[in-house]
Amino acid sequence: MGEMIVVQDLVKNYGEFCAVNRISFTVPEGKIFGFLGPNGAGKTTTIKMLTTVLDPSSGSIRVNGYDPTREQRQVRRSFGIVFQDPSLDDELTAEENMDLHGILYGVPHAERVQRIKMLVDFVGLGDRKKDFVKTYSGGMKRRLEVARALLHTPRILFLDEPTIGLDPQTRNHIWSYIQQLSKDEGVTVFFTTHYMDEADRVANEVAVIDHGKIVAQDSPAALKDKTKCATLEDAFIALTGHAIREEEANATDRMRMMGRAWRGGGRR
Amino acid sequence: MNAILILCLRQLKRYVRSPARIVGSLGQPLLFLVALGFGFGPMFARAFGGKYLNFLAPGIISMAILFNAVFSGIEILWDRQFGFLKETLVAPVSRLQIVFGRTLGGAIVAMAQGTVVFIICLIFGFRPANLAMVPAAIVFMFLIALLFTSIGTVFGSVLRDMQGFPLIINFIIMPLFFFSGAIFPAIGLPKALQFALRLNPLTYGVDGLRGSLIDKFAYNMPTDLVVLGILTAVLLAVGSYFFSKIQL
Repeated sequence: MGEMIVVQDLVKNYGEFCAVNRISFTVPEGKIFGFLGPNGAGKTTTIKMLTTVLDPSSGSIRVNGYDPTREQRQVRRSFGIVFQDPSLDDELTAEENMDLHGILYGVPHAERVQRIKMLVDFVGLGDRKKDFVKTYSGGMKRRLEVARALLHTPRILFLDEPTIGLDPQTRNHIWSYIQQLSKDEGVTVFFTTHYMDEADRVANEVAVIDHGKIVAQDSPAALKDKTKCATLEDAFIALTGHAIREEEANATDRMRMMGRAWRGGGRR
Repeated sequence: MNAILILCLRQLKRYVRSPARIVGSLGQPLLFLVALGFGFGPMFARAFGGKYLNFLAPGIISMAILFNAVFSGIEILWDRQFGFLKETLVAPVSRLQIVFGRTLGGAIVAMAQGTVVFIICLIFGFRPANLAMVPAAIVFMFLIALLFTSIGTVFGSVLRDMQGFPLIINFIIMPLFFFSGAIFPAIGLPKALQFALRLNPLTYGVDGLRGSLIDKFAYNMPTDLVVLGILTAVLLAVGSYFFSKIQL
């Protein structure tokens, strides 16, 4: 088994501000890798660079052997992603969202139909698949996004805080499926989360990032050993300190706020 | 089915599913048609002879297409805001396919809206001079739609501000509409205005559409077709360029 993600001296600057500061790490194929850090530590910025939507300032990345800045198409084919914030089309039904994804990823018709049915049933949305996504609760949307990310049978799964807003039942259900997937089909999983118990339970290896730098990388057990802490949460706090982080809202967040005001105002 | 088609189809589905939008965006053209068409009718008849409504209708159809086309750019902002844009940007298809699909979808929607206005004009008494020329009129409607949807794509890709977008767009489309010969004939105008009309891409769209429908060209069909065709190709390329530069 080779290495699925190789990152070397990766840097991302926004003007004066350095969001990601010379980080290096590797993720072996078939492993579940937790990328942990306080708010604003650089997790999402790193995922954006790994998934071809943001160009790094410097450094090199290999995803499934390809360079996200140059071989975008090959990289994009290799992964499925659940974004931190919603990414569904509310005005389409769940099934239409899935179908659109399948077509964008070139999944052949027969396989598409069969996998959509299988995945939608798996996340428990089988009897709601003809409903518009705008009628879904937050948790249902999340489940649909997980199903969608798996539709084109990716080699790598990026999950940016995938279980936010989900009840423990759904969380366990989704994680046990993802663990199964990783074990049976060797899918590599790269995820971020703020639930340390979750990371402790599912991750083979975690990296802790803070202020744009990786401060520790090891298995959860080894990290707990090293910091002499009983839980990963304590270990995390030992590594990153108690200070509460201030995260500046980016342009997208601000727009989303504005959109909420709009929608509340008159659109529905 | 490929990426271009499915993204285009998505746009059409969203249009058909929003009756409020279909009806709502008819208000303005209807107002112009009735107020100007009937208000200035007698004056027009005395000054130029003929029915003003027949002169005005192609201008109002162009207006409906123009507004819907340029405003389709705001869907890029909506998609960015509600996250769907990310889903398309990480898919293994080129940005060019995405922007073509979106632009084509936007253009067809704008054209559909223009067709509805066309029908309303017929109800109010507008009569094309020659039915055989209706296919030519459809070509012009499509070119207007595609050209201005591309302009909408440029603004949708560059602007980030949901509230600023309508303001900026209004600031651009109002002059485009008023200085296009949509509501008055380009006869005996001051030099500066005449010049403005010549620079305005919509002028050629309105002229082509009006020429096809009531057989009165200010220029002529080949000129209108060539100017519109070249501008559409250029702006489609510019729109694609700006869209491909979007980073999340």
